[in-house]
Amino acid sequence: MSAFIAIVRRDLLLAARRKSEVFTALFFFMIVVSLFPLGIGPETALLRRIAPGVLWVAALLAAMLSLNRLFAADHQDGTLEQMALSPTPLALLVSGKVLAHWLTAGLPLVLLAPVLGLQFDLSARALGVLMLSLLLGTPLLSLIGAIGAALTLGLRGGGVLLSLLVLPLYIPALIFGAGAVEADMAGLGAGGHLSLLGALLALGVFFAPWAATAALRIALE
Amino acid sequence: MSQRFVNWFKFASPASFYPLAGKAWPWFAALAAAFCAAGLWLSFFVAPTDFQQGEGYRIIFIHVPASWMSMFIYCVMAFWAAIGITFNTRLSGMMSSALAPTGALFAFISLWTGALWGKPMWGAWWVWDARLTSELILFFLYVGYIALTAAIDDPRRADKAGAIVALVGVVNVPIIYFSVKWWNTLHQGASVSLTKAPSMATTMLWGMLIMALAFWMYSIAVALYRVRAIILERERHTTWVAELPEMQQ
Amino acid sequence: MNWGSTSEFFAMGGYGLYVWGSFGVTAAALLIETLLVRKRFSDTRRTLRRELAADRDSQDQS
Repeated sequence: MSAFIAIVRRDLLLAARRKSEVFTALFFFMIVVSLFPLGIGPETALLRRIAPGVLWVAALLAAMLSLNRLFAADHQDGTLEQMALSPTPLALLVSGKVLAHWLTAGLPLVLLAPVLGLQFDLSARALGVLMLSLLLGTPLLSLIGAIGAALTLGLRGGGVLLSLLVLPLYIPALIFGAGAVEADMAGLGAGGHLSLLGALLALGVFFAPWAATAALRIALE
Repeated sequence: MSQRFVNWFKFASPASFYPLAGKAWPWFAALAAAFCAAGLWLSFFVAPTDFQQGEGYRIIFIHVPASWMSMFIYCVMAFWAAIGITFNTRLSGMMSSALAPTGALFAFISLWTGALWGKPMWGAWWVWDARLTSELILFFLYVGYIALTAAIDDPRRADKAGAIVALVGVVNVPIIYFSVKWWNTLHQGASVSLTKAPSMATTMLWGMLIMALAFWMYSIAVALYRVRAIILERERHTTWVAELPEMQQ
Repeated sequence: MNWGSTSEFFAMGGYGLYVWGSFGVTAAALLIETLLVRKRFSDTRRTLRRELAADRDSQDQS
């Protein structure tokens, strides 16, 4: 367990040294979300209707931007090989890295989303549900993304390939996440969506680090 | 018992599977042609006109079997992937990569025929119907698999990475299907379904089944042919390839 | 038998474009795939043959 905490700390420390990367992803999220009213028009009723979907799709894309770097730096300087050889199970270390990725790439999106939601005239209640759905959904994005990042490690054109692999797998998270906000706005209650999202997250926590570890071992051979 | 065990693994080696596949594929191709002829005859001359959809419904005789095949081939790919990961056999990875293009093709056919069916029936080329949407996502999964295996130069690594993608994909397919269905009912999708709309007469069912058999046999024949090419590409520097009769002048 | 004449068969009760568009593209797709697979196989075989022949020649000379 101490190894897990150590790796989370280390990755957070590294991220703190490269703050610009975190902020780039955040500004990307803001810009993409702001582009939609410009493309569609400022009609409030329409914006309110598309807001959950737009915010969620933008969050998917922003969370994906930083996936490339999840293992790349450690792969280049050989740290990853050391991790694979160390007595601590690699899956545990991978989970730590995923958690650190979520803290730097997912959590800021969750905190920023309500501010952007105001641009779309969402009610306070809808903003709360949006935050809750992102809180449950973004860790899932990091988990699934880790599998893709491990598979495309060190490949040419890895970034585009990564999005091709990972985006189809993000669809359930998108459906339940955006659906939760929509259902709540329609007065149907978001409970069903959120609990399904939670179930997916539980599945992801259980299986994704394992699959990512298997993929990493292949890349390291 | 042990005899049988040895025999199974004998065919897991490319050197002994190559001639076997060479002998087997013409039979599957012939079966495919025969089933295709029977299926086309059933679907055009035996199956009656649908009272609701007229002659347009005849598209389902290829649409539904193509959708079945695209899903089935993905499962077979995942099966070979699992075998490859557990037993570390070289042939299974080759089988997966031989199947992927055919599966993607069937997914494409399913989408194409779905669009051509949708235009006269729903009045739109594309409707976000749960089945069509899931098929589109399945097509994306195939594309991802093919793109990843094509991007990795080392064939062994490509096989293993592809196996993980196929397995992750096959776990996700039911989740995706369920979520898309949920999304569709929430947004009240199209009321006419591609498979439920015609009152399914027995002849129609038979037509679909026989066309599905034709596609199945076709897929086996093409996959065997392709796996032969893949075996030759990968085993080019081995002595058994050099000693093959077709390699002599 | 469903069809009175050949033209009726090709018209498909007004759905000709859609029905033949589906069956035609399916047939074309399967045919093209078969041809591509055959080409891939015969190309590989040809290059391998050439390589092997070159190997034999160099062995004969030495």
